[in-house]
Amino acid sequence: MNFTVALGAARAKSRPGAGPGLLSRLVSKLGASGWRPWLAPLAALLVWEIGAHLPGVDARFLPSLEAVAVRGWRGFVHDDLFHHVLASLGRDLAGFVLGACAGVSAGLVLGFSPLAQRALGPTLMTYRQISLFAWIPLVSMWFGGNEAGKIAFIAMAAFQPTLVNSWRGVAEVPKSYRELSNVLLFGRLGFVWLIALPCALPQIFTGLHSALICAWAGTVGAELLFNIAPGIGGQMNEGQQLFQMDRLLLCILLLGGVGLLFNLLARAAERRLLRWRTL
Amino acid sequence: MTAPARETAAHALDISHVSKRFLVSGRKMLALSGVDLHVDEGEFVSIVGASGCGKSTLLRLILGLDTDYEGEVRIDGVRVKTPGLDRAIVFQDHRLLPWLNVRSNIAVALRHSPLGKAEKAERVDAQMRLVGLERFSDAYPAQLSGGMAQRVAIARALVNRPRFLLLDEPLGALDALTRLRLQNELLRIVRQEGATAILVTHDVDEAVYLGDRVVVMRPDPGRVATVLSVSGPQTHDRSSPGFIGLRDQVLALLGVAYNGAELSLAREADAREAAPA
Ligand SMILES: Nc1ncnc2c1ncn2[C@@H]1O[C@H](COP(=O)(O)OP(=O)(O)OP(=O)(O)O)[C@@H](O)[C@H]1O
Ligand SMILES: [Mg+2]
Repeated sequence: MNFTVALGAARAKSRPGAGPGLLSRLVSKLGASGWRPWLAPLAALLVWEIGAHLPGVDARFLPSLEAVAVRGWRGFVHDDLFHHVLASLGRDLAGFVLGACAGVSAGLVLGFSPLAQRALGPTLMTYRQISLFAWIPLVSMWFGGNEAGKIAFIAMAAFQPTLVNSWRGVAEVPKSYRELSNVLLFGRLGFVWLIALPCALPQIFTGLHSALICAWAGTVGAELLFNIAPGIGGQMNEGQQLFQMDRLLLCILLLGGVGLLFNLLARAAERRLLRWRTL
Repeated sequence: MTAPARETAAHALDISHVSKRFLVSGRKMLALSGVDLHVDEGEFVSIVGASGCGKSTLLRLILGLDTDYEGEVRIDGVRVKTPGLDRAIVFQDHRLLPWLNVRSNIAVALRHSPLGKAEKAERVDAQMRLVGLERFSDAYPAQLSGGMAQRVAIARALVNRPRFLLLDEPLGALDALTRLRLQNELLRIVRQEGATAILVTHDVDEAVYLGDRVVVMRPDPGRVATVLSVSGPQTHDRSSPGFIGLRDQVLALLGVAYNGAELSLAREADAREAAPA
């Protein structure tokens, strides 16, 4: 018990610039959660806002921030924008789960089995070189341009980073740990459960994290390029056809916001599950 | 058995004419050359030698981690082919699993022990008390100091009550005071468990203090230069003339000489080695 207390004290001590004042405490708190990444997007918003109000700028091409906000308010309160966001999220989740499960499984098999690695490694390396978008015609032929095709495409987006990272994570378990496993007579199963998987977990998480982002990007791609359906991408298609810039910009802001949320969630999960690394 | 009456049959551990080569950038490099060492049950053998003279490699061969070598490593006359629970090691780096807490790090060594669950827990607790870490049973390796981590590694090695305890610079990372305390602990534990211990160390004081014998190894290629017997009660008194004499002798053999006499001793040893070649 007093150990945890001591630890907390040590950590508090090691935090730099934790002054007594409220302001400095706030600054250090923001610093701990990283305020720097917010600087660039805020600056971009500011430039946008100033630009929109410059004389001679056509509001139809560059609507102001408040116009977009009004559009958002109306969309969520009076319209069914919320359902579109949910539709995109559902699609994204389905594709992510499918692709990530397949990717992690395939990566683990490759990492653990030298035979599989020799047989499939080069093929998968080649697959990595092919742009995701090159598959669109094929995927839409195989799975159709509707829900199945979209989800298949999103799954492909999530597959690749999970595959590569879990493969590498398992393959890169240090030799010294293999030696330890031999000395302690762990056997193959013990090695996998007690050493290889936990050792590879940070890397597997890195893969899942980037798969989350890739899948979200893939969701928008699929919604824009496959058949039109409810979703943020569908909204963008509509906005483009009706020449509603504020609607397009709103969708872009929504995409960014959701991506940001995913990032935060993934990082929080990572911190929790890999507590032993950051202690 | 019609085998020639070998004096080796009486030893617990026999290392006979062991040579080990490594392939380093396409070239065969001799890491161990004709190493002979015979260790009795319950003996405490210290090994000293310059960095890179093959001490860790020798321990790996005793563990059975590497069977690709010339010569033989035998336990009770039977060739070592695989690792076993009769041999435990404290690695040069503590090699704890960072994702397991202290208790689990010790408990994993009992995975293949025939003990019951309660007995295992009991053993782990006893080991943690032994190395003085019972308060840290739930801490993770990242929360431990280097010395504490090394003590967990010692506890993990001891938890199976191994017959052979191999120690690869186990106290290297510790401060002088903890080191002295743990040396006594180690001696007590090894005596209490009746284990046969082989300790690799860079600390000549430690080698003489703990060892019944001190094996001095030399590099290029790694070989046993001399084996010194540490006998008599005075050797557990670090300030006794016997202890100091022996320590200086080992230092001289390692090529660290303070005066002419010791230097000539080192030269003599070199000459002895060079003679048969
Ligand atoms: N896996 C390996 N591949 C190639 N060479 C190796 C390997 N392991 C050890 N060696 C070589 O064998 C020699 C002996 O290494 P070893 O680790 O046994 O030395 P050591 O006596 O334990 O040194 P130290 O006191 O620094 O720990 C070194 O020259 C090293 O380069
Ligand atoms: Mg070594």
